[in-house]
Amino acid sequence: MPGQKFGPAWFPGLIAVGLAICGAALVYKGARRTVPWVAFPEWMQRAQSRAAVIGVLAGLLFYILAADTLGFHLTAIAIVGLWVRILGASWRVTVAVGVLAPIVIHLAFYKLLRVPLPWGLLERWAF
Amino acid sequence: MGVLSQAFALVFDWYVLWVILGSAVFGLFVGAVPGLTATMATALLVPVTFFMPPVPAIACIVTATAMAIFAGDIPSCLLRMPGTPASAAYTDEAYAMTKKGQGEIALGASLVFSVIGGLFGTAVLILAAPALAEVALKFSSFEYFWLVLLGLMSAIFLAHADPLKGIVSLLVGLLVASVGLDNPAGFPRFTFGNAELAGGLTLIPIMIGMFAVSEIIRNVAAIDRPWEMAQAKIGNIFRGMWTLTKRYPAPILRGSVLGTAIGALPGAGADIAAWMSYAVSKKFSREREKFGTGHVEGIIEAGASNNSALAGAWIPALVFGIPGDSITAIVIGVLYIKGLNPGPTIFMNNAPAIYAIFLVFILANLLMIPLGIAAIKGAKQMLRAPRAVLLPVILLFCVVGSFAINNSIFGVILMLGFGLVAYLMEENGFPVAPAILGMVLGAMLEENFISSMIKAEGNPVAFVTRPIAGGLALATFIILLWPLAARLLRRKP
Repeated sequence: MPGQKFGPAWFPGLIAVGLAICGAALVYKGARRTVPWVAFPEWMQRAQSRAAVIGVLAGLLFYILAADTLGFHLTAIAIVGLWVRILGASWRVTVAVGVLAPIVIHLAFYKLLRVPLPWGLLERWAF
Repeated sequence: MGVLSQAFALVFDWYVLWVILGSAVFGLFVGAVPGLTATMATALLVPVTFFMPPVPAIACIVTATAMAIFAGDIPSCLLRMPGTPASAAYTDEAYAMTKKGQGEIALGASLVFSVIGGLFGTAVLILAAPALAEVALKFSSFEYFWLVLLGLMSAIFLAHADPLKGIVSLLVGLLVASVGLDNPAGFPRFTFGNAELAGGLTLIPIMIGMFAVSEIIRNVAAIDRPWEMAQAKIGNIFRGMWTLTKRYPAPILRGSVLGTAIGALPGAGADIAAWMSYAVSKKFSREREKFGTGHVEGIIEAGASNNSALAGAWIPALVFGIPGDSITAIVIGVLYIKGLNPGPTIFMNNAPAIYAIFLVFILANLLMIPLGIAAIKGAKQMLRAPRAVLLPVILLFCVVGSFAINNSIFGVILMLGFGLVAYLMEENGFPVAPAILGMVLGAMLEENFISSMIKAEGNPVAFVTRPIAGGLALATFIILLWPLAARLLRRKP
């Protein structure tokens, strides 16, 4: 920035230098070892664990993409249902938790704390 | 006396007392369930405290974390799994005691000496913080620069990890902190023209991601591993505790002192305090050979240590705005939101609120006795809570909490992104605490660095000519060069 000796680029510049040095050191250290470059954790070989982790991440991604259009309530019921079922609960528990958890969150956050959770498709019936 | 009576009025209010009770139960539960940590409890509470007045908001976090650190010992005894990382140091020891039929003593000792350690740490906090604030009033940007740097360095070198990876983690945190307009020049950095990024990255969704979502991913990956509970008969928890107190006064005191000190050092909190105290206890014990076979001495010392560390961590957090552990890293954000800006002047400008926080610390530690007994008795029921229900509900709570801070879906994106980053970092041996510290302290470090550089007109010598600044600089370099020096010394026999 003109007229300023110590401008906004100084600090990120120092961070970049530091990261470059540390990165080089890590590469040097890593190059001397003989372990494989990429290794997958042991849980990836277990079907239920793999499905559960993918389900959790997919659910969160779905919420980010869909919450504004579908609304909080529908999205929450869908993802909580998905998560409970994928973690091994029975259908009865899945439906109960899937419906109850969003209702409790609605009462606590929307009603009590006045967080404007999006209604989306249900806008017409908002209460 | 006016201030103290005001503080009493602030705490002994029905609303505040209910908040304390509620957060105590919440803290005990989160602490007792393996995989849910005290830091996670704090991150989950922030969106709720957002809507509370300052004193109950802070009281909520203080109580929940104190309870959680104690309750972390319960599954150590019953499941051989630490409830929070702060209990990991003596999990095997506690489980061995249960196997020997001494589960009752192990649980009792955890409770009683947690309370003693917690009260000790609180006493030090009450006495040391205002005194330190007097000194800190004289600090200029040079001292603050070194103090922040010293804190960041000790965070790296106290952690049980490769220092190189610790530095990388710290630098990533500092980089995250430099996003946005909030820098000394007020110039937009790394914003890519995006309005959300111009305001800087909001820390609370990031912390919910790094402490809660990453932990949930880890839990979910182990969902097919059932928990096996050991049988422990639990009668009168306090039987034999007085004998233990009389038998081990030195370990209790040593654990409390070391715990408070480690807590007060930036970046290292209850978990590192417990590891260190357990090691110290073993080193100085007269019955060293009994360690590892179900011996109570290490549990006493490390149990006192991790609870005293909690209060110790608040000393630098309140006086300098430098967090002593990852819990206070979150708390500092809450303090700013509530208008209780940390710094030496907090003891003058907000004295009643600060004394109210001190009172809450005492109250929470005393409340730990009755509620702790109830938690130990009800441990079996708590540990039977199905993870298939618990984890999804917590995750939905994380989503809504991250959204609620700015009422923006961007918070949820940050939460998911940083949750994944934190998970990958920890799986590959990069500690998360330095990154968090870098994010919290980045702005402060830069501001004091740039204004010192401007004052000194670019002359680096000015950074060390003031006596306290020079001393802090020396301490920073000693910590930085210590691993190298130690290696050189070891090489020469």
